[in-house]
Amino acid sequence: MDIDFILEISSLYLEAGKFTLKLAFIGIILSLLIGIFCSLVNYYKVKFLKKIVNWYIELSRNTPLLIQLFFLYYGLPKVGIKLGAFTCAVIGLAFLGGSYMAEAFRGGLEAVSKAQIEAGLSLGLTKAQVTRYIIFPQALAVSIPSIGANAIFIIKETSIVSAISLKDLMFVTKDIIGIYYKTNEALLMLVVAYLIILLPLSLLLTYVERRLRYAGFGN
Amino acid sequence: MQDLGIRVLIEGNNLYRLMGGLLVTVKIALISVIISIIFGIPFGIVMTSKNKLLRLVCRAYLEAVRIIPVMVWLFIFYFGVPKLTGIHLAGDVVSVIVFSIWGTAEMGDLVRGAVTSLPKHQKESGKAIGLTNVQIYRYIIIPQSVRRLLPATINLVTRMIKTTSLVVLIGVVEVLKVGQQVIESFVLQSPSASFWVYGFIFFLYFIICYPISIFSKKLELRWKE
Amino acid sequence: MALLEVIGLNKYFDGFHVLKDISFSVEKGEVVVILGPSGSGKSTLLRCINGLEEIQSGQIKLNGEVINEDSTKWHLIRQKIGMVFQSYDLFPHMTVYENILLGPLKAQKRDKKEVARQAEELLDRVGLLDRKNFYPRQLSGGQRQRVAIVRALCMNPEIMLFDEVTASLDPEMVREVLDVMLELAKEGMTMIIVTHEMEFAKAVADRIIFIDGGEITEVAEAQEFFTQPKTERAKNFLNIFNFKEYKKGVDNNEKI
Repeated sequence: MDIDFILEISSLYLEAGKFTLKLAFIGIILSLLIGIFCSLVNYYKVKFLKKIVNWYIELSRNTPLLIQLFFLYYGLPKVGIKLGAFTCAVIGLAFLGGSYMAEAFRGGLEAVSKAQIEAGLSLGLTKAQVTRYIIFPQALAVSIPSIGANAIFIIKETSIVSAISLKDLMFVTKDIIGIYYKTNEALLMLVVAYLIILLPLSLLLTYVERRLRYAGFGN
Repeated sequence: MQDLGIRVLIEGNNLYRLMGGLLVTVKIALISVIISIIFGIPFGIVMTSKNKLLRLVCRAYLEAVRIIPVMVWLFIFYFGVPKLTGIHLAGDVVSVIVFSIWGTAEMGDLVRGAVTSLPKHQKESGKAIGLTNVQIYRYIIIPQSVRRLLPATINLVTRMIKTTSLVVLIGVVEVLKVGQQVIESFVLQSPSASFWVYGFIFFLYFIICYPISIFSKKLELRWKE
Repeated sequence: MALLEVIGLNKYFDGFHVLKDISFSVEKGEVVVILGPSGSGKSTLLRCINGLEEIQSGQIKLNGEVINEDSTKWHLIRQKIGMVFQSYDLFPHMTVYENILLGPLKAQKRDKKEVARQAEELLDRVGLLDRKNFYPRQLSGGQRQRVAIVRALCMNPEIMLFDEVTASLDPEMVREVLDVMLELAKEGMTMIIVTHEMEFAKAVADRIIFIDGGEITEVAEAQEFFTQPKTERAKNFLNIFNFKEYKKGVDNNEKI
């Protein structure tokens, strides 16, 4: 193991790690928005939209991200839609993550009892206000563990964006292996980088899950 | 020359080649699933054991496999292992190894979940009506666990098939790679080939995974108590 | 003019006729108690008055205005009709204080200072001012129900509906909730109460409406209803709650 070499390449990993995090962060936020939208459409059984949403969920759930990326990045330009690699990655992650977040949020919405909604209505709140002040916060709290698990899933899924030549952790690793042939050092740094990102999140999630299970604000 | 458009898919033996590539993917997925089930069931049962050390070791394995992206595992086995051991493995062999390691962990966790979610009184009420331990497993524990387990296992198959798409990145010639080859060789006759070929592969994955996940959902609904 | 008027109300559940041609009215300041066996439709009737259940025919009038015809306006009507439920249904993610302020601030868009003052005053009156920053899970059932009453009162409703509000309370907590309601009645609040507490009904009611099988079978002044019920069904119903004549080890059949 070449320690000097590891120190030398660590700045590359830092850059790549930042990139991975940035991509994942945008992906997670968009996934959450899509997920909330889809689960609300299903919860309120919005005509027509519900059909589109369900087709989207099935498409997203039953196709691999890598193929989605290839189609977006290499396929679409041929019919005149040219997107940058980063945009493609963000769209791909949001397309994939959205359906997972929708599922997480569905569970939360179903956990809010009908009586809560009626109590809100009986105070003269409109349906939109009941959704915003009563249903939404409770559903969010219930779905936090699943949302966290999905966030970790999305971060891990970013590991394939090097396939459309984005310079993430995998890309740097492959580069170093190719150029310097320092396979062990590169792989070690790769694992360390992912652990630094994922381990704290995973521990935090376990902690939150436990607390929610034992406390909960439910009556 | 006129663009072939969608006809690029049926030009020459393209369709046949693409299907051949798909078969490689599906084969890797199925072999890995079978190995995962074979090792995952005992692994899951061990995870429910009363021995703390044993449980800890299993937990460590599960968490280690889960926290690192599968793509990274593929890299470790494809680039790292040969460097360390001098043994060179073909991409498809590496894929089966990595997916089996990953699948065993996931399957084990499913089994553990199915066994531990059975309420304790099920076992006790079995005892109360005078069944032997073997009979309790035969008539009470196993049938109920299977009902909880089967939908999730079928779901694991679709997850496995989707994940198998990654093997192209360690040089396995599967459907995506064949697609690239087709696109390259038809670059003149069909400039829009990549749209149709990648779109088609997208569609192929969907056609395979969608019925499986519908089946799994149906089973789950039917068996919900 | 009556404050609330129900005219020819019919309600079906999956083809089952649960409320049959219900008509009655409630004057301002009046306390009406609805009695009847389980499943007779009492709670459903209250829920219809608050628009939580759709009705198939009939009219509900508040201050002479028909309120059940435009479903988009229900949220405005409900601001004038307070309702308290059997299962309290406080919002678990909000403190007592936030629970009470939600309606006045968001639905009625009132001034926060003024509402806060009123909320504290009301909480003080039900003896829970020191609990204002507690979460519902930190309160007993009786305390929760008192908060639920305050939450409804803080909207300044013209009429209050109480749906078996003591039915899921432990016996020792029933009194503290009923006392709050008696107090309200004394102050002249218009109320419709569904309850199984007979002694309380006697004490609080001006008028009794007796419902059986989805129909109003008897309407009477409270005093009269409990002493000389007119219908056989009401008599039988009242007898269920009568233990006075039972003696252990004695054959009671002849006395009934």
